[in-house]
Amino acid sequence: MSDNFDVPAPLEGVGGWLDDRFHGARGFRVLMRKVFPDHWSFLLGEIALWSFVILLLSGTFLALFFVPSMNDVVYNGSYVKLDGIRMSEAYQSTLNISFDVRGGLLMRQIHHWAADLFMAALIIHMLRVFFTGAYRKPREINWLIGVGLFTLGLLEGLFGYSLPDDQLSGAGLRIFEGVLQGIPIVGTYLAFFLFGGGFPGNDIVPRMYVLHVLLIPGLLLGLITAHLFIMFHQKHTQMPAKGNTEKNVVGQPFFPYFLAKGGAWFFFIFAALVLLATFAEINPIWLYGPYTPVAISSASQPDFYMGILEGSLRMMPAWEINGFGHTLSLSVLIPALGPLGLIFGGAAMWPFFEQWATGDRSFHNINDRPRNAPMRTGVGAAAIVFYGVCWAEGANDVIADKLQIPLYTITWIARVLVFVGPAAAFFITKRICLALQRQDKETLLHGYESGIIRQLPNGEFIEVHRPVNEEARAVLEAKTVPALMPAPGSEDENGVPAPSSRGALGKVRARANRAFAETIVVETNGHGNGHGGGNGHGSAVEAGHGGDQASVGSATAGQLPAGKSPEDSSGSELS
Amino acid sequence: MSDMEETEGSQGPVAPRRVIGTPPPTPRLLGSTAVAEGGQADQVSDETGRGEHSDETTVSTVPEQRAKRVEKIIAGCFTFAFIAGCGFIAAYVGLEVGSNRLGSGDSVVNAALRSNLALGTSLAVTLIALGLGALLWVRYLMPDVEVVEQRHDLRSDPKDRQAFEQYFKEGASNSQFVKRPLVRRTLMLGTLPLLAAPVVLLRDLGPLPGTSLRHTVWSPGRRLLVFGTDTPITPAEFSVPGSAITIVPEGYVDDADALTKATVTLIKFRPGELDIPTRMAGSTLIGTMNWTVDNIVAYSRICTHVGCPVGLYEQTTHHLLCPCHQSTFNAAKGAEVIFGPAPRPLPQLPITVDAQGYLVAKSDFTQPVGPSFWERG
Repeated sequence: MSDNFDVPAPLEGVGGWLDDRFHGARGFRVLMRKVFPDHWSFLLGEIALWSFVILLLSGTFLALFFVPSMNDVVYNGSYVKLDGIRMSEAYQSTLNISFDVRGGLLMRQIHHWAADLFMAALIIHMLRVFFTGAYRKPREINWLIGVGLFTLGLLEGLFGYSLPDDQLSGAGLRIFEGVLQGIPIVGTYLAFFLFGGGFPGNDIVPRMYVLHVLLIPGLLLGLITAHLFIMFHQKHTQMPAKGNTEKNVVGQPFFPYFLAKGGAWFFFIFAALVLLATFAEINPIWLYGPYTPVAISSASQPDFYMGILEGSLRMMPAWEINGFGHTLSLSVLIPALGPLGLIFGGAAMWPFFEQWATGDRSFHNINDRPRNAPMRTGVGAAAIVFYGVCWAEGANDVIADKLQIPLYTITWIARVLVFVGPAAAFFITKRICLALQRQDKETLLHGYESGIIRQLPNGEFIEVHRPVNEEARAVLEAKTVPALMPAPGSEDENGVPAPSSRGALGKVRARANRAFAETIVVETNGHGNGHGGGNGHGSAVEAGHGGDQASVGSATAGQLPAGKSPEDSSGSELS
Repeated sequence: MSDMEETEGSQGPVAPRRVIGTPPPTPRLLGSTAVAEGGQADQVSDETGRGEHSDETTVSTVPEQRAKRVEKIIAGCFTFAFIAGCGFIAAYVGLEVGSNRLGSGDSVVNAALRSNLALGTSLAVTLIALGLGALLWVRYLMPDVEVVEQRHDLRSDPKDRQAFEQYFKEGASNSQFVKRPLVRRTLMLGTLPLLAAPVVLLRDLGPLPGTSLRHTVWSPGRRLLVFGTDTPITPAEFSVPGSAITIVPEGYVDDADALTKATVTLIKFRPGELDIPTRMAGSTLIGTMNWTVDNIVAYSRICTHVGCPVGLYEQTTHHLLCPCHQSTFNAAKGAEVIFGPAPRPLPQLPITVDAQGYLVAKSDFTQPVGPSFWERG
């Protein structure tokens, strides 16, 4: 496959020397030939990975100059506007990094932008994995690790941007402390132990520092390593395409292709962060001033990934229960734990819920196209809208100012939208998915619209449809639909309800199963790639529904033991 | 030295000793020797040892003439990266920052921004050039190949699973873990304190809350100082209706812990505008007109939601607004909540004037200020 290549003698020697000691050739042989499938969406997780690497590099630089101390000092440094102002050593050293250390400002801004990019890439990567069903067996554990990384990333970011002890982050920290206090029974103690007494105390900066530079990054590093090793061991998923099967993986080898591409990608991401750090100012702490509990600036905004917490706190109406000498602060507790709990908890449980509802215990190495899993895609869209409403509400004052809408009106809109929005998003997305499936079916059965208009002898104009090529066909046909369980409440001929649908839980399961199994059936056998009109219509299942209804059933009829009558399809429930 | 050991290890003591200066007898890894000795290099490279096969197909190669052109472009990229990288170092050396190293006329902020611009631009150009070079390399110089690798079953094969089960059972039975509950249970007992130890060790992280959240540093006769100037104030000096100022307690103007709870907003009203309903919490008075002086009222500045300073005051509506989560309080009506997540009015500080005519606290707040906590009641 290649021309003869003479390995330089030193490399030969070193290679042999190492292999004698580590048995490395065997492992590296596998590594070098490791196949990585190519798809743009597989690069999203890599953005997060490279951002993390850049965070480690820039963070190490910053740690050389940052002083994690809350001792009071009077500033007498380069930035004359703060001359003579009392501040903590942490804030002073951050000023020094910005103004007195060459490259310090650049590193600070790279670090901050990289943190934002890390979280953004992580979220988008998670969405990719969710919408394509890449978390399914055997990759559930890696999905859970991802959820853990998301949670840790939030904390890491919160502690990180609070370290400079500036006015903005100090206000955020006070909110964090207020929320901690709101936790029933242990909240006050948690706050006092974390802060070493009342707020702000003298301990929180050094404590956050050790959490931020040692404990959480250590955990992140460990989890990311595990994440990559598991991905490596289980082999990457691939998108449906011609030649891609559940049993193979098609792509380019690690050495040299993926190595070079990954390297290029690293350089580009690093460059993007440097450009942001150079031209887009972020967190100019010298403008905020040192933290004082007396002052506050309006339109205070946390970093974007904390926006969901901020927004849900703003959205919540006042609600507090007092009794038996205790206070249950629901106006803090619900927004602090509810939305994030829903997102994290929901994400963590989803793969197992889906398995339970679909009864699908098989391995999946080929990703789903989002349209082919309408239930999942709908739920994902609902989650995005829910998250988005909470997030946008976190900037309600800015929105009110920019759009000249009264502040309280925006909050009321958010209060309604946070419930209505996800439901609407679910419904609309599911419809769109089914519509796209219908379009796929049309394309499969009648070919694609060629753009050629032909006039028939009777004067009628028609557009000529052309059969799709093999590549496109492979993509369109890649659709798996979960097997149907017995309908809710259905009984066999002896009047015994099916075991799986027994009891309240069984009914829920049966309903969920039908929601997951909803699909547009494509009956391809015998019809070939008919591109004439009329011929491709009339699959058995669709006959009763006028040919354009969603059906519950399997994509390839007869393959699955579903066998339930199509009459109780949820097609009617949809329309 | 290592060469000697290798010789002995791999060939045994009978092997002839190596003459210094000659190549080691160890088979080389990447040379033609390995291929020659392995014999079937091609087959080897296709089997990964786990029964997997991978098939490589070269989709396309680059014509040599075009490759030469691409090679030049890539080399240009890398050269450009070198130049920009030198620019980065030059910018570091050449552009000073900080008042210690700058001339007196130079603005420190401008110097920092100048340095940032030069360093950032040169670094970004370096990285882009490197990335672009690498990308062109893999995209236009390397032959386009496609490899199909077979996935192996993740599940171990039945033989391994059986062996595992057998060994596990044997080991478990040999350990007598199940058979001797006394050992098992005392082992668990023995580790219990050790598991609790890390939690116990955290105890000294902070003092217990006690009643500290119920009190502030305000005490009878303590003067109200204007935040910023730290001077006391008389009702006559604070006579413009509609004004609102931030107050800190005398003696604690720099104490962040004290200020977190004790900061107060002082508001002056026109006669008749202020109407504070008398409110009780149990048997404790928490709000009354009697705690005002000359239509001046003092409210805690700390939001009852999660503790932000309630920093905005709108004169015409008498609304106090917390910029964090928009809890809104009606200052004319005892700071009752009219919007937002705050569960209760801002506590009112009882104030009066002292012998010199300065505003002072009559007492501490009669209820805990700031956010709710479990023990608040």
